[in-house]
Amino acid sequence: MHVCGTHEHTISKYGIRSILPKELEIISGPGCPVCVCPAADIDKAIEIGKREDTIITTFGDMLRVPATNLSLTELRAQGADVRIVYGPNDAVKIAKENPDKEVIFFAIGFETTVPLIGYEIKINPPLNFSVICAHKLIPAALELLIGIDQLNIDGFISPGHVATIIGTKPFQLFSDAYHVPNVVTGFEPNDVLMALAMLLKQIKNKEYKTENEYTRVVKSEGNKIAQKIITDVFDSVSSPWRGIGRILDGGLAIKDSYSKYDADKKFDIKIENSIDIQPGCNCHLVMTGKIYPYECKMFKKICTPEKPIGPCMVSAEGTCAIYYKYG
Amino acid sequence: MKSDVKGSKIIRLAHGSGGTLQSELIEFIVKGIAQKNVNNGIGVEELDDGATIPLKNYDKEIVITADGHTVFPLFFPGGDLGKLSICGTVNDILMMGAEPLALSSIYIIEEGFNFDILGKIVKSFNQTAKEVGIAIIAGDTKVMPKTTLNEIIIATSGIGIKDTDIKICDNNLKAGDKIIVTGSIGDHGAALMAKREGLNLSTNLESDLAHLKEIYLAIKENIKQNHIHAMKDPTRGGIASALNEWSSKSDVSIWLEEDAIPIKDEVNSICDILGLEPFNIACEGRALIAVDSNYVDEVFKKIKTTNLGEEARIIGEVKSEEHKKVFLKTIIGGTRFVDMPLGESIPRIC
Repeated sequence: MHVCGTHEHTISKYGIRSILPKELEIISGPGCPVCVCPAADIDKAIEIGKREDTIITTFGDMLRVPATNLSLTELRAQGADVRIVYGPNDAVKIAKENPDKEVIFFAIGFETTVPLIGYEIKINPPLNFSVICAHKLIPAALELLIGIDQLNIDGFISPGHVATIIGTKPFQLFSDAYHVPNVVTGFEPNDVLMALAMLLKQIKNKEYKTENEYTRVVKSEGNKIAQKIITDVFDSVSSPWRGIGRILDGGLAIKDSYSKYDADKKFDIKIENSIDIQPGCNCHLVMTGKIYPYECKMFKKICTPEKPIGPCMVSAEGTCAIYYKYG
Repeated sequence: MKSDVKGSKIIRLAHGSGGTLQSELIEFIVKGIAQKNVNNGIGVEELDDGATIPLKNYDKEIVITADGHTVFPLFFPGGDLGKLSICGTVNDILMMGAEPLALSSIYIIEEGFNFDILGKIVKSFNQTAKEVGIAIIAGDTKVMPKTTLNEIIIATSGIGIKDTDIKICDNNLKAGDKIIVTGSIGDHGAALMAKREGLNLSTNLESDLAHLKEIYLAIKENIKQNHIHAMKDPTRGGIASALNEWSSKSDVSIWLEEDAIPIKDEVNSICDILGLEPFNIACEGRALIAVDSNYVDEVFKKIKTTNLGEEARIIGEVKSEEHKKVFLKTIIGGTRFVDMPLGESIPRIC
């Protein structure tokens, strides 16, 4: 199993499954940060975005994710000011240019994107800038997945981007404690093929190690500067994952010392009765690798990238969207 | 039009991005038209690059095309709105196998637009028309109140003429045909994205914007003898959209070789950063040409002698099995579909 949307992208884009022997199956786990962002967080962004004095900014693929009633694109079509940015620095720039508006950055992503947002918060952005913090952490999710009986995961392809930040040590737990081989892997097709070979070798030799295939980027200790930014600005918290449930240490919250940039505290909006999984949608089963997208009855019929019912059909990294695109 | 999941019926940006939503929009507009062709020529329903009006007693057909042009920014590396408007219209005529004759132009301008900028666009428009050798014989202007339009739109209609015998259209691909692309793909779309506000990518990449008359002239004899079965300039939606239209309308499959498709490193990098697919990115000066396999070497050589076609490659072939699909043999030997792009290209997170 891999747990990274970019890995699924590489596997599908290069047709890797089409050249593997039948006995070897690559399962896609919950690797898309857009997909695991709970509807309640999007609902919150939408409620704040409805106010006339606000500008909502976020990454492009967050825009179309359906929440309980609306998506941010639909909010934009209704006249709200919702903008795509390429990074949180652009959101800060918008805040500086619009001092009479509240500019909210809807922050999603795993450890890879967290330091960028942490850095912006640390360097004293204007007070009309704030962050909806919907960041998630990968290692806790892996641990949860290992515990799902029916999966029988024989090996993990672990995300090289996340390991670039946190290093390979946090992944070691799984190979050591749960005896599941693990290879931290890059994103070229050759990286994925190499990782498969390394995993197969471990399985054949009955070894349980965490190996680093992506040595050209990932160091075992990770990026200490980025790690410090994360621990300075955020606390790890128990956090809900869309379709999976609440995961202990599965997400981040902004520390009290930076609460003036925490949109949760600034706007005090309570979301009740949000719906993560619409009736009939099987994204929760897809994200935990229990079914393939084509096993969902709505796949390609009612649920398409243009009219997504579930979050996995939205992002370019979403498993359903990738299966739709590359077949 | 089908309503949205939530029941709202509004036009979204994706309805204009060359994907299946756009097909839905076009169908919505076209379905109520009473007369859809003249003299059984190609009409509005075929959704080809242009339409034809057969002139019964002359063995000739008039080719007619219509295009609305808008681009942001108005001036971009390798071109501007004026040049784009001529090239877009002329290329549509050429891709039907016709000689461009004349066009009309409508300038729709926002109140407050600067005369100096308009002057530059008009100059470029006229200069490009001169290079092509096409007359501009009719037109109109409209000025819209401020904020009811974003700067300027140029709408053109082009007229060309061709022999009735020449059959070059989207539904004419035959099993065995080879597919030629006349140059690297995605340059136009990627160059524009790199210049958009907020991205600030430093690159020398230029749009491929060009009129394709040089290539048309080089292969004119083969066009006349019907060695060429289809031609298309892969604009909005890129080669993925163009090839899917071909395979669908001709009821064939198209098999591409990934390592044969010319893509510049810059284009690959920009697409990688934004999470986009080069096959879906617009070109404005390239042609896809489906050629009878008996003549592909001859046609390919002629294209390679042109300035525009120096980087041309044979990228795939047409097969009769597995109808209406486009396949890609990837660089590592895997096989996957190349699907119709699905609306607005949105950058992704990481």
